[in-house]
Amino acid sequence: MTQDESRIAADRARSPGRTLADKIWDRHLVRAGGTVNGVAEPDLIYVDLHLLHEVASPQAFEGLRLAGKKVRRPDLTVAVEDHNVPTLDIHRPIADLLARSQIETLRRNCKEFGIRLYRIGDIDQGIVHVIGPELGLTQPGMILVCSDSHTATHGALGAFAFGIGTSQGEHVLATQTLPMTRFRTMSVTVTSTNGKLRPGVTSKDVALALVAQIGSTGGQGHAIEYRGNVIRGLSIEARTTLCNMSIEVGARVGMVAPDESTFAYLAGRTHAPKGGQWDAAVTAWRELRTDDDARFDKEVFIDADELTPYVTWGTKPGQGLPLSGSVPDPGSFQSESDRAAARQALRYMGLEPGTPLREIAIDTVFIGSCTNSRIEDLRAAAEVLRGRRIAKGLRMLVVPGSMRVRKQAMEERLDEVFGAAGAEWRMPGCSMCIGMNGDRLAPMERSASTTNRNFENRQGPGGRTHLVSPVVAAATAVRGTLSSPEDLED
Amino acid sequence: MRPFKAHAGIGVPLRRSSVDTDQIIAAEDTKRITRTGYEDALFATWRRNDKSFVLNHDAFKAGSILVAGPDFGTGSSREHAVWALMDYGFRVVISSAFADIFRGNAGKAGLLLAQCTQSDLDTLWTALESEPGIAITVDLTSKVVATKSFSCGFTIDEYTRWRLLEGLDDIDLTLRHVADIDAFEATRPAWLPSGKVAPV
Ligand code: SF4
Repeated sequence: MTQDESRIAADRARSPGRTLADKIWDRHLVRAGGTVNGVAEPDLIYVDLHLLHEVASPQAFEGLRLAGKKVRRPDLTVAVEDHNVPTLDIHRPIADLLARSQIETLRRNCKEFGIRLYRIGDIDQGIVHVIGPELGLTQPGMILVCSDSHTATHGALGAFAFGIGTSQGEHVLATQTLPMTRFRTMSVTVTSTNGKLRPGVTSKDVALALVAQIGSTGGQGHAIEYRGNVIRGLSIEARTTLCNMSIEVGARVGMVAPDESTFAYLAGRTHAPKGGQWDAAVTAWRELRTDDDARFDKEVFIDADELTPYVTWGTKPGQGLPLSGSVPDPGSFQSESDRAAARQALRYMGLEPGTPLREIAIDTVFIGSCTNSRIEDLRAAAEVLRGRRIAKGLRMLVVPGSMRVRKQAMEERLDEVFGAAGAEWRMPGCSMCIGMNGDRLAPMERSASTTNRNFENRQGPGGRTHLVSPVVAAATAVRGTLSSPEDLED
Repeated sequence: MRPFKAHAGIGVPLRRSSVDTDQIIAAEDTKRITRTGYEDALFATWRRNDKSFVLNHDAFKAGSILVAGPDFGTGSSREHAVWALMDYGFRVVISSAFADIFRGNAGKAGLLLAQCTQSDLDTLWTALESEPGIAITVDLTSKVVATKSFSCGFTIDEYTRWRLLEGLDDIDLTLRHVADIDAFEATRPAWLPSGKVAPV
């Protein structure tokens, strides 16, 4: 423990206040961890909602079957087809036989175990982290898990949500609980003089700036609570973008305490409480906040007054800079491991140190993924594209996060704006975020992408990814090089 | 799960930090519905495209203990990464830091993650590179990693260690507490969502 850490630990022991994360954890303790055979046992916590998708679940169901076990609470389990699904011709059988078999397996498993499944083409289908909030399945104060690392997204509504692996998924199916050691707590406080982000700056830029500041392990083992006047001013959808990227700093959870915006967002949604239940729920939700005298294990501050659009230049989400910057010289990094990582990244990305980021030419622009595919993202991108054309030779894909987002966008005729600009308007799914459904980059093809990971080969073998916000993606599509809307002529 | 007491095998030095699960196994290779058969998918891009990649050296091909750089297993939660390592023949990964979800997945599947200091890691790398193909022993009872000329301690969370040593199944351990789960369920507020739509 560093001196700082021991001071914080001592403060915590003295102070009676609890953080939001600790309050939710305590409320879900089925059994506090004791000692077995002299070994400290983890806590056993209850899971309010378990979300499933086709890729990570087949082996979990298989495990249950082999052990002769049942799903304890099929009613607290919801499945959706998203990772593998085609974004074109969705009514034809899936051409990729492996993908088809995964989807058929999910359908069989859900039928056998009595689990609600949103299938391709269903009005409620979409990316798992988009439909949870959208359908009101995600609610403040819940513990929610999914075999997917971006599950923290649901924390935007004040849920304690984290990603798990397939075996842990099997554990939840069988018991509706998980043995877990409590996460440490961390606050990320984002403030600005007027409580707003500068024009053209989004919560995606806050997320990219945070990862650049504290690195891919800066939040390891922690539950983050995002606080500060900027966070209060963010819409629920903007909060999902920020919470979504918590895993990119290694954190398991990223959450925002619920407030009036949260309640307004949830009111009337399909699975939200109704009538007297709604009033009881809101009363309980209002209690969900960190006590003033509570202490976090770690504290990070971001000054948003100076924050401008961020883009990544490397192959880790933390290898990012303000768009006004240049590709860094690997020699400029402090540690040998950062220098080696930067050299490796530049080799893979095919970039030269010193190149202004604004001069990097892009082949494909992708707007989509659980990070940035909601209606506000599409509106913001369409606003930039309205009356403009994308650059010659450039390909642009717009993949809404869900069927409902798609429908809403079409009611607002955003699809026509994208179409007129030369972009392709697709059906919902994970698509080019992960490239499992065939929407992918060719080797050496370079993308500006509103997704969350720029790892080597993530969007296709040899593909090169720059992570950006939706408005930067749209402006980049018009100019053909990494750009912000400010760079566009009227 | 089979009990895990100790293991001896060829050590494989992987001098890279932040090896994410997309590098361990590509998404494309996670489309199967089985739990085994992922050996060819392990580090497939590096094995295919990079002649100098460590698993392309004859001396290391039969390795069963991976000695990897810090922050091993970041990124996607795909448990296929653990299965691919085990299908290839790895029983142990030694590193100075592991990502959380990966650590949980490994513990469930029975892959031992031994955490040592960065300087011990450096010593191990040097030893494995100067004499490719030498054996390492990993003893979970005493928490010691050793080559013929060097040994160091490692850490692992005690609960996982106990489960591995005894070969205990986590789900069965939890189901001993089913009465507590029943009792907890009776206290859950009525407004909480379910896959069924709440009645108006
Ligand atoms: S959109 Fe991408 S990050 Fe999000 S759930 Fe799908 S594959 Fe994962």
